Amino acid sequence: MAFILVVLPISDKSTMAPPSTTGSSHESPTNHTQESRVFVAQYDSLEAIREFVSRSAEICDFDTKAIYAIELATDEAFTNIVEHAYGGESSQMVECTCQIRPLSLTIILHDCGQAFDPTAVPEPNLEAPLEERETGGLGIYFMRKLMDEVNFSPAPKNSDGCNTLTMIKHREISA
Amino acid sequence: MEVTTTQYKHCDLVKVSGRVDSQTAPQLAEALDTITNGGRFKIVIDMSEIDFMSSAGLRVLINTQKNCKRFNRGEVVLAQVPERIYEALDLAGFVPLFAFYDDVTTAVGRF
Repeated sequence: MAFILVVLPISDKSTMAPPSTTGSSHESPTNHTQESRVFVAQYDSLEAIREFVSRSAEICDFDTKAIYAIELATDEAFTNIVEHAYGGESSQMVECTCQIRPLSLTIILHDCGQAFDPTAVPEPNLEAPLEERETGGLGIYFMRKLMDEVNFSPAPKNSDGCNTLTMIKHREISA
Repeated sequence: MEVTTTQYKHCDLVKVSGRVDSQTAPQLAEALDTITNGGRFKIVIDMSEIDFMSSAGLRVLINTQKNCKRFNRGEVVLAQVPERIYEALDLAGFVPLFAFYDDVTTAVGRF
C-alpha cells in the first residue's frame, strides 16, 4: 500500500519530538507539530491508520488506555467514511492529519465523498432488550464517547466537495 | 486475525486472536455462521488473544447472540475478555447481554 507522507513543521519544532510539558499549559493554535498521510478508502488501510494515530498519541504522551481510545475512534471514523462518504471500499483517498500539542491531539480526516455528518446520528438505545438492539450508529457513538470533541464540516456548496471531520483528545496534566 | 473452532460434545469453542475490525469482522461472522448453520447454538468465544475490536466486531457478537438465543436454543458466552475489549462492550451497553467467564474450561463446562 502506498502512502504519501507530508511532514509540516508548524512551530519552530521541525521534528516529531515530544512536546515540552515544562512550559505554559496555554495551547496556542500554532504551537504544534503536524503530520499528514493519505490512505486509500479500503478496510485494509485500517491497521495502518490506527498505527499512524497511535504513534502520534505516543508522542503526545497519552497513556495506553487513551491511545487505545484514539485508535478505536479513528478506526470508527475511517470506517464511516468508507461506508457512507464513499458508499463502500473504493480507490478514493482519505487524508489523515495529526496535530500534536503539549496537552492534546487533534485528528483531522478529510474525504471527498458524500457529505455524511456523524454528529447528527442519534445515540443508540443501550438499554433495549437483545432482540431490539440496533447495531448501527455504534461506531459514531464510540467516536463521541472516546474523544473530547468531534466536529464535522461538510463540503460547502460549489467547493471541491470535500468533508472534514475533526476529533480532539485532551491529555490531563500529570501531577 | 485468526479464528480457530473446536467442536465439543455440548458446545463449540471459537478462539479469536489479533485485530477484529471492518476488514476482518466478516471472517469472524463466517466462522460463527458455519457453526449456527450446522444447527449448533451453544458457543464459547475465547477472546484472550484479541488485541483490538471495533464496533464491526461487536456487531458480529450481538448478531450471533440474537441468532443463538432465539427459541432458547443456545447462547454465546465470552471467556477471558481483555480489559480494553470489556470496556468497549460496556460502552456499547452489551455487558448485560452476555455471560462472562474468567477461564475457558468453566465457560465450556456451563453447557
